[in-house]
Amino acid sequence: MKVLAAMSGGVDSAVAAARAAEVGHDVTGIHLALSRNPKSYRTGARGCCTIEDSNDARRAADIIGIPFYVWDLSDRFHEDVVEDFMDEYAAGRTPNPCLRCNEKIKFAAVLDRGLALGFDAVATGHYAQLRTGADGLIEMHRAVDMGKDQSYVLGVLTQDQLAHSLFPLGDTTKPVVRLEAAERGLLVADKPDSHDICFVADGDNAGWLKEKLGDRNPNTGGDIVDSTTGDVLGQHDGTVGFTIGQRRGLRLGVPAADGKPRFVLDIEPVSGTVSVGPREGLRIDRIAGIKPRWCGTVPSVLDGPEVTVQLRAHGREHRANVRVVPADPSSGSASIGADRHDGPRVEIELLDPAEGIAPGQAAVIYDGTRVVGSATISATARSAELEQASA
Amino acid sequence: MNTAPVYLDHAATTPMLPVAIEALTARLVEVGNANSLHASGRNARRVVEEARETIARALGCRPGDVVFTAGGTESDNLALKGIYWARRAEDPRRVRILSTAIEHHAVLDPLVWLGEAEGAQVELMPVDQQAHLRLDALREAVERDPASVALISVMWANNEVGTLQPIAEVVALAAEHGIPVHTDAVQAIGAVPVDFAASGVDALSLTGHKVGGPYGVGALIVRRDLQVSALVHGGGQERDIRSGTLDPPAIAGLAAAIEESVKNQDEHASRLRALRDDLVRRVVEVVPEAHLHGDPERRLPGNAHLGFPGCEGDSLLMLLDARGIECSTGSACSAGVPQPSHVLLAMGCDEEAARHSLRFSLGHTSTAADIDAVVEAIGPVVERARTAKAR
Repeated sequence: MKVLAAMSGGVDSAVAAARAAEVGHDVTGIHLALSRNPKSYRTGARGCCTIEDSNDARRAADIIGIPFYVWDLSDRFHEDVVEDFMDEYAAGRTPNPCLRCNEKIKFAAVLDRGLALGFDAVATGHYAQLRTGADGLIEMHRAVDMGKDQSYVLGVLTQDQLAHSLFPLGDTTKPVVRLEAAERGLLVADKPDSHDICFVADGDNAGWLKEKLGDRNPNTGGDIVDSTTGDVLGQHDGTVGFTIGQRRGLRLGVPAADGKPRFVLDIEPVSGTVSVGPREGLRIDRIAGIKPRWCGTVPSVLDGPEVTVQLRAHGREHRANVRVVPADPSSGSASIGADRHDGPRVEIELLDPAEGIAPGQAAVIYDGTRVVGSATISATARSAELEQASA
Repeated sequence: MNTAPVYLDHAATTPMLPVAIEALTARLVEVGNANSLHASGRNARRVVEEARETIARALGCRPGDVVFTAGGTESDNLALKGIYWARRAEDPRRVRILSTAIEHHAVLDPLVWLGEAEGAQVELMPVDQQAHLRLDALREAVERDPASVALISVMWANNEVGTLQPIAEVVALAAEHGIPVHTDAVQAIGAVPVDFAASGVDALSLTGHKVGGPYGVGALIVRRDLQVSALVHGGGQERDIRSGTLDPPAIAGLAAAIEESVKNQDEHASRLRALRDDLVRRVVEVVPEAHLHGDPERRLPGNAHLGFPGCEGDSLLMLLDARGIECSTGSACSAGVPQPSHVLLAMGCDEEAARHSLRFSLGHTSTAADIDAVVEAIGPVVERARTAKAR
């Protein structure tokens, strides 16, 4: 096969490319330039990290012995990932830009272009496993290394995308990948793992959002209120600084009546109100999801013993029952939450309650180790039983 | 693919001429610092001075006008900064630098720096659709306030689209007001007739690796009586305006390459022009929408800069590279990130058009078989690149 290896400059994608080449694929390395720079006549104004990463990827390609190019996808990335990230936060939701990037950039823009240019597949260093199922469809499963498993951020991929993807690292643990990189003479063997959001250079999401949102920032301050009494407990300097479930940084002078820590339970961007309350208030067991994407056949009900839902990257698995509600433009109202949405939806009943789940996050649905699909969380609620148990 | 690549990127770097390799390698075994007083030192000095005389004969200057540097970028920096500083020191009103919008980054970026750090007022003159400097604009800019112009810098031939610039007219205009003229002639030496004294320019940049000489060596030819401030301070080896121990083998290689390429210039240019015209004609036969950028007549003989509407230049480059055909989308960029060409933008192309071009540049090793290879490949490559763009 002719394979495009997306090479970030990190150790995982370098080993993935090397493995793809070693098994006999005709591999071409590409580094995606994603950060935007002013389109003036001066070049090279990108952040130094990006140039360093690009050079690391290039050197890895040299050592593997494959051609290497840089593809500028900064415009697409800005439109589809960065703008979306800002819009979601401005609306009081908590998006995961990595899923969005996989959905719109790596396995869409890059894959489409690659296919058109005569390639058959895109290989990445994601930790996930692909297998052909009994029905002939490609199944995606969790990686062997559960600590590194990235099937969650790939949960948005459709069958067509999976059929043109290669994840050569899914059967290997990270320490083994590092050893292999060293054995192959790849200089990135010891390069630290990347985390945080790639376009927020210093990891300070709130600060970045405040700076970039400008006029789109729904508020630059408001009240922090007690979720049960409605008492104003303090002030904040903008709801974009907050995430549901957050405990730190509330800077409330008055201790709670019960002396227990308080958490962000709700964010209301229009009024600028942040509601706080005890930890119990974070517990939910009903989730409404929109924009579902399925890795294979569209299911109707998922209630098997192995069905689980993962609600954040590297989060735990929650046993669950999932009902898929097909698109129905006439109904328009979800059974929980006020979010009107005409497209197909999913209703998730968690058998193990979850805490601190924010709208905008992705719910990825598994059957055992197999990824069934994903949906964007539009609302959360508590069942009567959970309400009683918490009271 | 085991055959040698079809190399059509001579404007980036052209292979060393055998005479240059011979001159360079013959000196590599010799020891001697050209500034030492003993026999070995005198021998090294003799190599350098003979090279200076050879270059002076080939390019119509005096040996004392030749200042050896580490290449074109250093020569441009020395000319722009050195002349600006010296002229401003003589008369503080001289803060304007007039240049063109289509200069190489080795000129544009020093100018931006002079503007930001040294208070220079940089004015970049527009060009017409074929990339000729608009002389009316230059005349207006000069005559607006001649006493404030520190220098004028206009390239001899554009590195991307190949258009020759009206150096004689620029010199005549500048002479009316006693303004020094610098020209970046990196692409012109050996390709078109260049005579320093006859041209009337005051300073001229050249580099080894574009004329069949070694990398990392070049020269600024600058009239002895023109004041130039030093850029690199130290031992003052080159007229006290350029310091650093000289590299006799590289300088000998440079001189041999210039001598040979200037001697053969006419014959070489006729041969390249015929090959180039053949390339353009036959490519347009296969891809009727393809069109030549720049002046069809007054251009570098080996330059074929072609637009392929509906394609992305970097897709074309990658697909040709995979077939062993090496060309460029413009001038090589350090980060490997394709930017829309500032030259094409200045010529009035929109950003789309600025991204759909390829530069084939022919040189002394180019053959009719190279042209055949391009003509054979270009049809399917353009078709494929169009599909990729349409996605």
